[in-house]
Formats: sequence, structure tokens, C-alpha cells
Amino acid sequence: MIPLSWFLTLSAGLFSIGLFGVLSRRNAVAILLGVELMLNAVNVNLVAFWRYGDLAQMAGQVFAIIVFAVAAAEVAVGLALIISVYRRRNTVIANDLDLLKW
Amino acid sequence: MTAQQIIFLVVSFVTLGSALMVVTSRNLIHAALWLVSTLFGVAIIYTLLNAGFLAVVQVVVYIGAIAILFIFAVMLTRKDMRDQSPQLNRNWWMGALLAVVTFGGLFSLLQSWSGFSKTAADFPSGFDAIGRLGEALVSPDAFVLPFEVASVLLLAALVGAVYLAFNRK
Repeated sequence: MIPLSWFLTLSAGLFSIGLFGVLSRRNAVAILLGVELMLNAVNVNLVAFWRYGDLAQMAGQVFAIIVFAVAAAEVAVGLALIISVYRRRNTVIANDLDLLKW
Repeated sequence: MTAQQIIFLVVSFVTLGSALMVVTSRNLIHAALWLVSTLFGVAIIYTLLNAGFLAVVQVVVYIGAIAILFIFAVMLTRKDMRDQSPQLNRNWWMGALLAVVTFGGLFSLLQSWSGFSKTAADFPSGFDAIGRLGEALVSPDAFVLPFEVASVLLLAALVGAVYLAFNRK
């Protein structure tokens, strides 16, 4: 059997890679790609804790499904925002989107 | 080393490698395709964890809908990014440092936890994980309220996305 530590290490690595993507990419779409990686890492953790904890408690899997729904909503609204901004400002580089900066 | 462990190691190396390609590749279409590979690896991880339903949902929702949506968004917004301008911002090394520190912190925190190298209990005979998941999602003393809230959230996101991306000319 695979020990729990392997899953947790994998998910920590995936989360860190996603964090790097969010913090250092310039393109807004690429930032959302990093967010997706982080959400997947969290999901791996949730399912691993369901499997290695009390099997009768389905909270881990249910929470993972809620995360799926939230990820779908976030991507739909986020990409719509990016496309709308691209139409008006003709750029998707996060540094150039400074309309709200005083 | 059992077959499961070998499968896990291969899949996790592929997953982490393609995740690295997602955050570093120049061409965003390639990044989105590497994301598909990462998501598929995570689906295999779910299968290794005996969460078959989540693996299928991962393939259908994440790869089938979200990754394709990303590819469409990249196609609709590509003008300037592929050519000369750098893909990473000026402080990318700070991001890398923070990511490494986060990984190290999480790893050392987990290592100090007593249940870190726990192994999984076997499934009780006749245990129906998918049936229990379905019951938990709709039973009033379990998770029916979060389930309904999620559906309202999806509706709101749908309306919001259509409103934002609608072309008013």
C-alpha cells in the first residue's frame, strides 16, 4: 500500500508549482492556470484524507465535489473577465491592467 | 515495492513535470495542453485512492470543460504574448523562492505530524463508496445544503460569465 505521506508530498509539490505560476506569470490566463493547479492539489489532499481516515465519513469527497463546482464557476467568470478586458484594453498582461490603481 | 507504488511514482513524476511545464512554457496553448496532462495525472491519483467517481468527474469537468475553456480563452486573447516579451514578471525569483519556502514549510510541518506515514485501511466488504457519496450529497442530515448552494453558485457564475463576455456593439 502507498503511505499517506506520498500523496501529501505530491499535493504540496503541486500546490507550490501552482503558487509559483500565480506569482510570477505576466499573462492573466496563465495566472488562472496556476490557480487551477492549486485547486487540484487541494483536491488530492481532501480525497487522500477521506481514504486514509474514516471511510464512512464522505465529507472529503463531498468537499472535493464542491471544489470542482467552485473551480468551474471561477474559470467561467475569470475567463469572461479576461476576454472582456482584452476587448477594451487590448492586453491580457496583468501589469498593464491598472485602471483601479490611484 | 508493489505495483501500485510504481504506478504512483510514475504518475506523480509525470504530473509534477507537466505542472512545471504549465507554469514555464512560453506558448500558452502548450501550457493549456500540459494542464490537460496534469489533470489526467490527478485523475489517475484519484483512481489509486479508490475514488472512481471523482476520477470520472475530473476527466469530464476539468479536462472536458475547463481545459477546453482555457484553450478557447487563449485563442481569443492572443496577440502579443508569444513573441518577444518575457513570460515571467520581474520578481519571478521571489515567486520561486516563496514556492520553495511553502513546499519546505508544508513538508516539515507534515513530517512532524504523527499520522504522516499512515497506511490505508482496507475497504470493508460490500462497502459502496459511490452509493454513500450520492446519499451524503442529497440527505438532509448530511450535505444537501452545500450541494444546493453549489448549484446556485454555478447559476450565478453562468449568468455573470454571459453578462461579462457579451459584446454590446
